[in-house]
Amino acid sequence: MPVIHQTLTLVKKDLVLELRQKYAFYGILLYIISTVFVINMMMGQPEEKVWNALFWVVQLFVSVNAIAKSFIQESRGRLLYFYSLVHPRCFIAAKLLYNILLMGLMSVIALVSCIIFLGNPIINIGYFTGVVMLGGLSLSLLFTMLAAIAAQANQNAALMAIMGFPIMMPLLMLLANIARSAFVPVLQPGLPNMFLLLAGMDVLIIGLAMILFPFLWKD
Amino acid sequence: MAKHWWKALAVLLLLYTIIAGFLVKIPVIENNEQSTRNLFFHVPMWISMYTLFTISVVNSILYLGKYDLRKDILASCAANVGVLFGVMGFVTGSVWATYTWGGTLTSDPKQISTAVALLIYLAYLVLRMSVTDIDKRARVSAIYNIFAFALLIPLTYIIPRMVDSLHPGSATSPGFRGKDTSGTLMMVFYPAFTGWTLLGVWIYTLRVRYKRLELKNIFK
Repeated sequence: MPVIHQTLTLVKKDLVLELRQKYAFYGILLYIISTVFVINMMMGQPEEKVWNALFWVVQLFVSVNAIAKSFIQESRGRLLYFYSLVHPRCFIAAKLLYNILLMGLMSVIALVSCIIFLGNPIINIGYFTGVVMLGGLSLSLLFTMLAAIAAQANQNAALMAIMGFPIMMPLLMLLANIARSAFVPVLQPGLPNMFLLLAGMDVLIIGLAMILFPFLWKD
Repeated sequence: MAKHWWKALAVLLLLYTIIAGFLVKIPVIENNEQSTRNLFFHVPMWISMYTLFTISVVNSILYLGKYDLRKDILASCAANVGVLFGVMGFVTGSVWATYTWGGTLTSDPKQISTAVALLIYLAYLVLRMSVTDIDKRARVSAIYNIFAFALLIPLTYIIPRMVDSLHPGSATSPGFRGKDTSGTLMMVFYPAFTGWTLLGVWIYTLRVRYKRLELKNIFK
């Protein structure tokens, strides 16, 4: 399949670029650690509810910063070059995949540094890790699409925050609520429904990105 | 004149809504007392908002089909007026909540999710301001508009129905079904929502005409 092959090549290109520069990776690593360290200095080891809230806020800012780069680093000429080579759908699929990988890695780092600096109130660590990966996936999907829109609007990073924060609010609330189960030994009511809703949102975002991105690219 | 009958209808219906809405005898349900009359003002705002946002998203999709800038003007005007009605719906609801729920801004899921939906649409308006190139603005905002509408439906229709809310009509609270609602309420409610929706569309057409004049160099 040429489409899948093209997509994978684009992902590989992004990965190779990243491995060569290591700029995004170390930049965000520093970002995560300093944020978590500041929280630690301000409030020590917070209780579980605060821990959960802070963790998701950290995740939010990490994803904004990690993903905003994915389109900004592409110069105009290079975008035009890709446009002449591949279908826009391959391009956005590659970006989505790459950002999922990046965000997965970042989520693990954020989780580990939160546990190191802020203590570990999590009872069910396997479940929480799963939710974190799921959260990283959802956030990266959403912000990739928004970064694509922001890239069209003069590469404006502030714009991404303006557009993104209202949109990610329901997503983040959903994630924080799902994650609550990892801190309490009792079963939460309505948990399957929330998972279903999250999956539905992910499918919606992927679908919209696939349908709308070709229009966005016609320049 | 034949074209304008619906504007006269809107005025008549709204006059009827305001007069009858405050005078009609309503059933008093516990601590709701007379605040039930908010039904004639609060709910129609949302129906009007949905109508306008639907007009907006349809025009955005049409824009992406043909790249006709006129459709973009229609979409942006509808979203603008829709946000106005959304804010009015939110305010009427919050005022009502102050006297029945005991707090203007509560953590009720319906209130939160509508606030988020309105924020998403406000972001749409900000996005429009931030891009100066008219074609690019039209394209980017049309895409964001479709995105926003796709989130509006789960936010205001699906999520609030899945969780418990104090809002009338959800879970155990009396609300909107035939057996809960007295006939006199319905006699005012249906004209009310027709009237408010017509008013919304009227404001929208005025705004479109104003924008057309403003941009008449582009449209000739």
